Amino acid sequence: MSMSLVTLSSVTKKFVMAFAGIFLMVFLVVHLAINLCLLRNDGGEWFNAAAHFMGTNYVVKVFEIVLMTGFLIHIFFGILLQIQNWMARPVRYMVTNKTTTPFLSKYMIYTGGIVFIFLIIHFMNFYFREIGLVANDVTMGEGEPNFYQVTINLFSNTTYSILYIVLIATLGFHLNHAFQAAFQSLGLNHPKYTPCIKGFSTVYSIIIAVGFCIIPIFFMFFK
Amino acid sequence: MDLTLKIWRQENPKAKGKFETYKVTGISTECSFLEMLDILNETLIDKVQLPINFDHDCREGICGMCSLYINGRPHGPDDEVTTCQLHMRKFKDGDTIVIEPWRSKAFPVIKDLMINRNAFDEIIQAGGYVSVTTGGIPDANSIPINRADAELAMDAAACIGCGACVAACKNASAMLFVAAKVSQFALLPQGKMEAQARVEAMVAKMDELGFGNCTNTYACEAECPKQISADNIARMNREFFCAKVS
Repeated sequence: MSMSLVTLSSVTKKFVMAFAGIFLMVFLVVHLAINLCLLRNDGGEWFNAAAHFMGTNYVVKVFEIVLMTGFLIHIFFGILLQIQNWMARPVRYMVTNKTTTPFLSKYMIYTGGIVFIFLIIHFMNFYFREIGLVANDVTMGEGEPNFYQVTINLFSNTTYSILYIVLIATLGFHLNHAFQAAFQSLGLNHPKYTPCIKGFSTVYSIIIAVGFCIIPIFFMFFK
Repeated sequence: MDLTLKIWRQENPKAKGKFETYKVTGISTECSFLEMLDILNETLIDKVQLPINFDHDCREGICGMCSLYINGRPHGPDDEVTTCQLHMRKFKDGDTIVIEPWRSKAFPVIKDLMINRNAFDEIIQAGGYVSVTTGGIPDANSIPINRADAELAMDAAACIGCGACVAACKNASAMLFVAAKVSQFALLPQGKMEAQARVEAMVAKMDELGFGNCTNTYACEAECPKQISADNIARMNREFFCAKVS
């Protein structure tokens, strides 16, 4: 199985990366919408209700499997492609390449790696707590995790908040190139619409990055 | 102008190459880059030293034979030109110029700056053609062709197969070359007939030869002396997807 994935054609691998990436980008919008519930001054009622829904709804549970598969595929192919790409140039140039390219496009594997580290930290704090892999010490009612309280505890730590903002900004840089690159990889290119897609790519990445960053800033300065 | 050149010297494909430093003096700004190397080679021959091997042929920017990775850019610091069309007025007196061969697993060094680009020929042999039966020449207007498609096909066909796309790409990917060749046929009715088999065969050959994967950095497009657009890569991806699902 793993060998057949390695030997998939380069274009197929691009397709898979793009599909998984787009799925993850759609999920980020849902995630942001839930996170923005934290800004309501309701003691976490909406946020915990959303977290409860995400943790218990059967349709969401199915999508959770799809989402995790999406993560794993995107990460696996990202690493695989990078290794193959390094192998394609066994002798490096002495002079660093000076070709003018979109700045962030060259560093996708590095921004992706940083996002992966963030993902692990994030899972340790939230998702693993929900599925019982990490001890759940902040509960409400019948032992259900109180994610609002978990969030407040985390963002009360300024170092964590700043780290969170830096990592989310990196995610934003990753998305900025990722969104339009996914369309190129899928062959969805058109002289009329591609400039719009590129523009939307920037807008999307800013909305996601700023949207997620508002929350720690809100907790740091207004709570 | 006087220049310091750091040039990659490698005896043969298996030898371990290294950079050698040379000084050239009295070079005219009107001189082409290859002429400057010719002058250096003349002085080396006079000193009974081996001249530097580098590819060249037409010296008119159309054959795709010249290469050279000059100061971090394929075909040097000028835009949209091949190395033979690069002139010394693009450099300053006293400059140090580092000259390297194209670096790619699929383009092994033959000697010094000369590389083996047979990989591109193999990709073409895999499907970069239109099969025709022999016979009389068909009437020029018997196959109607959309003007816009004809222009796009012509733009793609401008690829001279120099390999600057591979040299510039951080992944040593040949996607732009393959995409240009796939596109020039896929856009025209004569090429559509075999389009599906063609794109699958050419992509498979490209992968087999050890080129890297595209990560959409568009360095290929930026360095292409013939301004082949990365839109062709999207077209190739589309063609490939359609071929696989049909």
